[in-house]
Amino acid sequence: MSDMTVLYDAPGPRARRRAMIGTVVAGVILLGLTGVVIKRLADNGQFDMELWGPLIDPSHENFARVWELLGKGLAATLAAAAAAIALSLVLGTLLGVARMMLPGALRIPVVLWTEFWRGLPVVITIVIVWRFFVELAIDISWLPGSDPFWWLVIGLMLYNSVIIAEILRAGVNSLPRGQGEAARAIGMRETQAMTTVLLPQAFRTMLPALISQLVVVLKDTSLAAAIGLAYIEFLRRGNLLAQTLDNRIPMLFVVGVIYIVINYGLSRLAVWTERRLSRSEGELAAQEAVAQATTAGA
Amino acid sequence: MDAVFDNLDLYWSGFLRTLGICFWAMVGSLALGTLIAAFRVSPVPSLRWFGTSWVTVIRNCPLTVVLFFFAFGLPEIGINYSYYVLAVGGLIVYTSAFVCEAVRSGINSVSAGQAEAARAIGLTFSQSLTQIVLPQALRSSIPPLGSVIIAMFKNSAVAGAFGVGRDLYEVYRRLTSAEGYDFIPVLTGVAIGYLIITLTAGAILGLIERKVAIAR
Repeated sequence: MSDMTVLYDAPGPRARRRAMIGTVVAGVILLGLTGVVIKRLADNGQFDMELWGPLIDPSHENFARVWELLGKGLAATLAAAAAAIALSLVLGTLLGVARMMLPGALRIPVVLWTEFWRGLPVVITIVIVWRFFVELAIDISWLPGSDPFWWLVIGLMLYNSVIIAEILRAGVNSLPRGQGEAARAIGMRETQAMTTVLLPQAFRTMLPALISQLVVVLKDTSLAAAIGLAYIEFLRRGNLLAQTLDNRIPMLFVVGVIYIVINYGLSRLAVWTERRLSRSEGELAAQEAVAQATTAGA
Repeated sequence: MDAVFDNLDLYWSGFLRTLGICFWAMVGSLALGTLIAAFRVSPVPSLRWFGTSWVTVIRNCPLTVVLFFFAFGLPEIGINYSYYVLAVGGLIVYTSAFVCEAVRSGINSVSAGQAEAARAIGLTFSQSLTQIVLPQALRSSIPPLGSVIIAMFKNSAVAGAFGVGRDLYEVYRRLTSAEGYDFIPVLTGVAIGYLIITLTAGAILGLIERKVAIAR
């Protein structure tokens, strides 16, 4: 049922009037509630310029410094998300291919590994990575970036790579069987068929899902703030600034809005990619149909 | 592993506490999410608008930020509950957006003829939604709903990290920082606790899926 309007008739004058009255009544109630919320916030002094000034008043003494630090925090969040998604893509492809190509018994460890990290909360995974690296004194100082950065990135990678492996498997399975069979028929080895025929097509269909996964990763970087990891990403930076400026609510509001805007942009990008890909594929199918029809006619 | 076996009772109570959070958040988010999904397909434009904004804002906001708002924002407007209630509330609000999308995808999978037939015999919008479309939609949204709920079980650990108190995450914090046990065995115990919950939930979901699966 792609067309939602199947559920009801186009509203007539009476239904429209009822909807209008309902909207007005609900609107008034919502406005009243908002009013109460605003009043209570105002009573608590949450709207004082003292709290908002550093965030919205360019002439405030702290404005430039606060936004500079917030910018750094945001950059740290984006860096961690980018590193995590890139590494997850590499490890996820390896895991997915291993699960599809390894013979029976050898596949078991891959399946166990997948189920283990998929079943754990990401926040626990990050704590585990953090504590294991510290307890076992694993030296990662040769890597660029701080240790906490890598604990966060590796924790996110362990979880997201198994998700990406599953997306990849679904992508390959969704391809017509003839693709793999044809590749084998012209004499390609299984590895060749996988890398030159199946994977490139699977990645194409995966692209929207991958972008959506990027939203998940970006949101999950903020877990560092929840567990007190010493990686100053966006939310942690906001919380630290809020402690200094004593403006927790305005700060949280601004930080939340920025997260929502970025993730909304990424979600739209995913939808747009999906539409674009499916349209060009539809055109392709149409072209093929036309070509077939012409040869059939000739 | 002495850290685990010496404190089995602590682990057990943490485990039950986590289950409790998961249960209430599941009930609440399923109810709220289905309601919002009904908003999103309703004939009233303002309800559709509300549903869409709800989903857009909440889906794109990190759970951590939502929980911070519940923990520190709500007390500012005079809503004072224990952290436990606030955490469950935060999980319900966050998960409802995902439940809504899962239910909506189910509604989309119900064939148009069903709704048309319902209307043809004179059912109103709410009648055809609650008696014809939703019962079928919920059936086919069980796989996505299941993954949303399992994801929520895992998200309850984030609420734990905020110090909801005495849940599995708290067990880790208490045993390592207050009682000085080694991290690795304690964390192994916590991981096993969560795996028991998520793997069991996954198995139950598989059973339900097979039970209600229908060929279209």
